[in-house]
This record gives sequence, structure tokens and C-alpha cells, in this order.
Amino acid sequence: MSTFAGHGLECARSERIVFAGLDFAVESGAVLILTGPNGVGKSSLLRLMAGLLEPAAGRITWDGAPMADDPEAHGARLDYLGHLDGVKGLLTVAENLRFWTGLGGGRGAPDGAVKGALEATGLVRLADLPCRFLSAGQRRRLALARVIAGTRPLWLLDEPTSGLDHDAVGAFENAVGRHCRSRQGMAVIATHTALSLEGARTLELSPYAEKAREQAAEAAR
Amino acid sequence: MSRFTLIVARDLRLALRRGADSTMVVTFFILIAVLFPLGVGPDTAILARISPGVIWVTALLASMLSLERLFQADFEDGSLDLLVLGSLPLEAVVLAKSLAHWLTTGMLLIVAAPVLALLLNMSAEGLIALVLAMLLGTPSLTLIGAVGAALTVGARRGGALLSLLVLPLYVPVLIFGVGAVDAAISGMAVRPHFLILGALLAGTLVLTPLAGAAALRQAVQ
Repeated sequence: MSTFAGHGLECARSERIVFAGLDFAVESGAVLILTGPNGVGKSSLLRLMAGLLEPAAGRITWDGAPMADDPEAHGARLDYLGHLDGVKGLLTVAENLRFWTGLGGGRGAPDGAVKGALEATGLVRLADLPCRFLSAGQRRRLALARVIAGTRPLWLLDEPTSGLDHDAVGAFENAVGRHCRSRQGMAVIATHTALSLEGARTLELSPYAEKAREQAAEAAR
Repeated sequence: MSRFTLIVARDLRLALRRGADSTMVVTFFILIAVLFPLGVGPDTAILARISPGVIWVTALLASMLSLERLFQADFEDGSLDLLVLGSLPLEAVVLAKSLAHWLTTGMLLIVAAPVLALLLNMSAEGLIALVLAMLLGTPSLTLIGAVGAALTVGARRGGALLSLLVLPLYVPVLIFGVGAVDAAISGMAVRPHFLILGALLAGTLVLTPLAGAAALRQAVQ
């Protein structure tokens, strides 16, 4: 049982404070949904959680130990899915997936995991197709397949369902469910889509963005 | 496959399938070198005299040509985020990508160089020294260039900026590369030049992955 938590987080993008005083906590088996209007800092929060961005204030901990103490260990327990898919158009679907899964784990994901992820995202028939022929939704599925094939406990997903059709969203919900229930993983998902995920908690970011604006107004006075 | 070779293999495969980048570098190299006899005139003594400098300067410019894309492509499709978070240290990633870049450009320059040297009436002793000097020198060019490429990732018109950053740092390689060939042609000791080129390579091999990785971490912020 692990806990991933943030305390008093503040995020600055080029001088502007995006949000301030934000706390969150996720336990093994739990899902945290980040919501809020565009520009409220959902993607920034996910990048903070991944360690790609440094918080302007506050700290992020894993089982009580600060993430900043050992960023490499933190990188090794998470899978991050950003706006961009990380897909090379010149490589085939299977090549892309095998590259990332091979790079991911210390032991490398077994071939079974790659096949399973292709099945879960409905890409089996396209496995040998160069990715430049994929549609935006299919590329997104491939990016999700990379996360699903991995064995890391923490999933950080930024708009994972953008471009996905109805069936693919369902398959994605199942995959998150399996990850959290049978593997005791955890997921943080920024989304505008209403996902039916059992026991998911929601974190609305607007109040924290409001807090940042108030602080800025006060500082200006 | 180890994670290091996985990255080298992926970049080699991408370069092979794209093809245009490597072809462009070699074509540029040959075209510029061929322009010199047209500009300077057909006097074989003059051509032989300037041939080491011409070939080295042309090789510097050619090797810089494709550097801009070294990390830019990964930055644009989101792969860079994942490489930064990946379990392979970013320094090793920089080294792996540099190795793949050298294999697809530097190696081709070394193959083309003797042909151009013959065209410019270089003597046989000079030819051998040129190939050996380029074997030691071109990896340094790629490694130094990788730092420049990492620093200019995400910058608009990064190519022009890259050449301003990188060309001054190429000077030591140029001086001792040309020095080795000149020494061989005039029958003087070649060893000191090779030793210095080797020292430069050893130095860049250690320092540039560190600098490149630091620059890439900044780039994804």
C-alpha cells in the first residue's frame, strides 16, 4: 500500500502563478480525476507530479519521502501520458510500442504485455502499419497501449480520451479499472470527459487558481 | 537488447527509413568540396596545398547540417518527455543518440572524404592521415554539436543559433585535424596531432553528455 501526496503546491509558468496552496493524496488502488476549465493548471499539475516541472513551493511525497530526494526512483514508478503521443510516424505500431516498453522496465516488459496492450486498445490488426498512416484517435490508442503495457504503479494521464471513440473510451475505463484493482496501481487523470470509474475522486482545480490570482492581486497592491 | 542499444537501434532505423538526412549531408559535403576547384582554379599545386583545410571545413559544415533535428523531432512528438522520465539516465540517452547520429553522418563523411581528397590532388600520405584524423575528430564534432542541439531544442530558427554556438567550439578539432594532415604531407610527426584529437574526443565523451542532459532537462520544463 503506497501513498502519493502533494502538500501546499504552487506552480509558476514564466513568472505567472498558475495555482497555489494545492494538496492532493492518492492511495494504491485509487483514481484521482483532475477537473477545471482550460488553463487552470491540470497539465502543469501532472507535469509537477511526473517531476518534469519543479514546484515553486510545496513538496510532493511518495510514502512520506520527498520526491525531490530521488527523482530517478520516482521516474521509475510512473508512466506519463502527455498531450503528445510520443509516436514515430516512420516506425510501425508494434515497433513504437516495443521500443517504449523495452525502455521502460528494468527487465523490459514481456512480449505478452505488448500483445495484451495491443488487444486492449484494439490495435492488433494495425500492428505492422507505419504510424504515419494512423488517425489521431489511433495514435492516442497507441500512446495508451504504451502505458497499459508498462508495469509501473502510478499512471499520470493528460486528456487520455481525446480523439477516442466510444468503444475505445470504454476499453480505457476497463484498463484503468484493472490497473487499480488487480495490480493495486493508482492513476491521476486530467479530463473533460465524464468517465465511469469506480471509486474515483475528483479534484477541482479552480479554487487553487483563484487563490493564486488573489495572491497576485495582493502582491500588486 | 539493452536500453542503450535500443535507442541507437531506433535512431538508426529512423535514419534509414528517412534516408534524406544522411543523403543531404553527404551531398552537401561533396558539392561544396567540388566548388573549390571551380573557384580557385585548376592549379594542382594550390589545390593540394589547401585540400586539408577545405575538406575539414566542409566536413564541419556538413556535420552541422542535420544536428538541428537530433533532439527537435523527439521534442515535437513528445518522446523527449518520456526519455527524460525513462529509466535510462538522460546522459546515456544523449550518448546513444549522438552515436546513432555519428553512424549515419560522420561515418559517411569519412567514406566520402578520401574521394574528395583525391579530387583535390592530396598525396597518399595525406589521405591516410585524413581518414585517421576524421575517425578521431568527427565523433567530437557530433558530441559538441549534440550540446548545441540540446540547448536550442524548442527555439525558433534553432539552426542559425546552433551554428553560432557550435562553430567556435569546433575550432580545436579543425586546427589539429588539419594539422595532422599537413604534418603527414610534409613528412613531419603526425602523432602529437592524433594524441590531441584523441584527448579532445576523450574530453567531449565525458563532458558533453552531462551538458546535453542538463540542457534537455531545461528544455522540457
